[in-house]
Amino acid sequence: MSSDPLDEIRVVFFQECSDLLEELEDGLYAMRDGEETDDTVNAVFRAVHSIKGGAGAFGLDLLVSVSHQFETVLDKVRSGTLGTSPDLIELFMRCADKLNDLVSAAKNGDESDPSVCTELVEALKKYDDPVAAEAPVAQATPAAPTSGDDGFQVAPLDFDFGGDDDGGSNAPWIVTFKPHAELYKRGNDCCNLVSILLDMGATSARLEMSDAPIWAELATDTPYVIWHVEMSGETSEDAIREVFEFVEDDCDLTLSREAAGKSDAPQPDELGFVPTQLNLADADEDDFTPQKLDLSLDEVDTGTPEPVEAAPVAKTPAASAAPPAKSSTPEKKPDAKSEGSSTIRVDLNRVDRLINLIGELVINQSMLSQGFESMNTPVNQQLSDGLGHLRQLTRDIQDSVMAIRAQPIKPLFRRMSRIVRETGEAIGKNVQLVTEGEGTEIDKTIIERLADPLTHMIRNAVDHGLEMPDKRVESGKTETGTVRLTAVHRSGRVVIEIADDGAGINRKKVREVAVEKGLVAADASLSDSEIDNLLFMPGFSTAKEVSNLSGRGVGMDVVKRSIQSLGGRVSLESEPGKGSVFTISLPLTLAVMDGMIVRIDDQLMVVPLSEIVETIKPSATAIHQLTPTQGVILVRGEYVPIIDVGYDLGFRDRNLDAKNGVILLSETEAGDRSALLLDGILDQRQVVIKGLEENYGEVPGVAAVTILGDGNIALILDVDGLLNLSETADYSNAA
Amino acid sequence: MSENVTDISTANSVKCISFDLGEHEFCVDIMVVKEIRGWTRPTPLPHSPPFVCGAINLRGTVLPIIDFAMRMQLPSTTPDSSYVTIILEVGSQVFGIVVDAVSDIVTLDFNALQRPPELEASVEDSCLLGIIPREDSMMRVINTDVLFPRQAVAAA
Repeated sequence: MSSDPLDEIRVVFFQECSDLLEELEDGLYAMRDGEETDDTVNAVFRAVHSIKGGAGAFGLDLLVSVSHQFETVLDKVRSGTLGTSPDLIELFMRCADKLNDLVSAAKNGDESDPSVCTELVEALKKYDDPVAAEAPVAQATPAAPTSGDDGFQVAPLDFDFGGDDDGGSNAPWIVTFKPHAELYKRGNDCCNLVSILLDMGATSARLEMSDAPIWAELATDTPYVIWHVEMSGETSEDAIREVFEFVEDDCDLTLSREAAGKSDAPQPDELGFVPTQLNLADADEDDFTPQKLDLSLDEVDTGTPEPVEAAPVAKTPAASAAPPAKSSTPEKKPDAKSEGSSTIRVDLNRVDRLINLIGELVINQSMLSQGFESMNTPVNQQLSDGLGHLRQLTRDIQDSVMAIRAQPIKPLFRRMSRIVRETGEAIGKNVQLVTEGEGTEIDKTIIERLADPLTHMIRNAVDHGLEMPDKRVESGKTETGTVRLTAVHRSGRVVIEIADDGAGINRKKVREVAVEKGLVAADASLSDSEIDNLLFMPGFSTAKEVSNLSGRGVGMDVVKRSIQSLGGRVSLESEPGKGSVFTISLPLTLAVMDGMIVRIDDQLMVVPLSEIVETIKPSATAIHQLTPTQGVILVRGEYVPIIDVGYDLGFRDRNLDAKNGVILLSETEAGDRSALLLDGILDQRQVVIKGLEENYGEVPGVAAVTILGDGNIALILDVDGLLNLSETADYSNAA
Repeated sequence: MSENVTDISTANSVKCISFDLGEHEFCVDIMVVKEIRGWTRPTPLPHSPPFVCGAINLRGTVLPIIDFAMRMQLPSTTPDSSYVTIILEVGSQVFGIVVDAVSDIVTLDFNALQRPPELEASVEDSCLLGIIPREDSMMRVINTDVLFPRQAVAAA
């Protein structure tokens, strides 16, 4: 990282942006699903607002212009002057997408196309001010952050609150706010807020004690004071609200314009608060207005002040000796952050280092246990208990550390809903995405590497899976197609399903195409599932023409390969007329896996348990030699090719006699079976996966390595890679 | 051990670790040496270049081990526990080389470095940065950058 402090702030800004964008999308989805509350709208507003603020600081004008207009309309929704409609929320979502794009573009230093932004800004303006937008006025200047009617310019690193006038009135503002106890509990302080207002040009501030009970009933942790701050009429409402942005849930805030001349009437006394009769304004304390204030003041004039005046003020935290203005808006941000969630941001490298160390601990622990077992000493209860506990602890620590890397799959699903939206729009299909199991947690790396294949599959589902709206109606379905994306934990793996309610796979066509492309023989007899699996063959594409969406030259074979590289599997079910379901099954983590420890020649190796269908001790009669180098084994009526692992890996000069070995039966996704010939099976256990690429390189037939209990390295076999290796070896031998 | 201190005042003095291989003396810049450890039996890697003995576990990191003699195209014997592994960190890559014995830390004047005479082997093949004449012997300075070519792994 550069030592330039601005660069560091940039990094933080982009990190925060991604959080904010997530929050924004969450809120928008809640709004779309009708779960709209004031809190949601506020959260959405705050997210957009914070993005705008940061963007202004870095001079990202496009981002500012979109977010500014977005914010303006959101503010109307927030204040209730504008009702939400599906169209509006749709527009909001598009804006959120655009913000997302702009943020990533800014992050990568790319230029963005301003025309889309302009279009969005225009669309937003229609909601903002329908009259103004319809009339062809100069206001329509694109990408100008100040063009809104209450716009304020965000200048680098500083907020300029001197905005335009609001509605033509320049009457002074009366800011009335009553802090709740929570405000103090969260570490905020009214004095800071007021001093910010003073800095912004507040002309006077006074305290009202009308809510304070009599001395005896006074609770020390309950604020009773109501603040009245008079602000210059030049200040914009937004600017004032922004001061209270992080405390608005914890106080009652009222902003009103004071009628001209009225400001002279109530003069605060020298103590800075207005003594009032007690319990006078108790009826409606949440809704304090200047009118009411006047009433109380009138009464004060005639009534007798109680001797309570000064004491409660001193008791309430707010009035404790107003400190000099020391706070500014940026300082309050950490407060808001810590309120939001109790998480910390940790460098991924640190987590990985921790995971590596735990891996070491696991290995050391098993070395210790092995050592103890081989000592042949009389059983020492204390020692074996201790070792047992150590094993338990190690396992617990390992699980907890792995959980750190696990993240909910939600952000990935959110990305997919955008894909669905955009794809649907581009090809004129109405699509809704239903997601389930968003909270399912899975290793971060897997989530990252799943994004591309999943995008592809979702696009396929929308583009090829679903029918056009008119066709859907014809076949008696709703016009809007549904793509269902679900994630669930199932027996130590994560299963993700992508289901569409489209026409299902057109097997006749798939077959035709496959024959046409020479993938299968014209007279081959294929089961339904075999035909379906043709989709995963390299170079297959059923779309008549290559659309710019799914057909980008990569097919389902790439999807399948990338999922396999994560230790996952893809399968497909389809029912004509009802739709198709793609199922992805993935390991929870890439760091550990269940493996079978096998012996090949004098080396110990690991075969992933997920690859093994069954183990066979072959009988001499089941084995046949097809060619001098290629044997087959008869398994329940089917001849399965034997792959001599030791020979293919180059550990042996000639094939092992299959009768002396053990066979592991493995099945590929396409249903091809192969028999791995090994010298023996030793054990089955969890192994920690270590990469070989970092310091060495890729080894064909080897997926990774692990460290065994004795500290030695064992190779983890890549069964698919071995099959390829075996084929090429055979060809080169033949040539 | 003898103190082989060259004139420090010359600007280009480099500290190196010297080691033996047969009767030859080699040295490697001390800055790339991560550690020196006894020999452990590496796990052979399939389809590796001939000079790669295999991989070992160094506190959780998997490191390839190079048979240095074979890499230098010198007569090589099967290493045993009397041999020493020098762990090198070159760029982001960490690997070990197996040598007969580590002998000394020497300060060499790289100004005296002579390029090896180009015989049939190219400079890159020989893995030598150059040679430095010493009183009674010749010190070969290893070019660690070409010691373990990645493309050799891919090609194998």
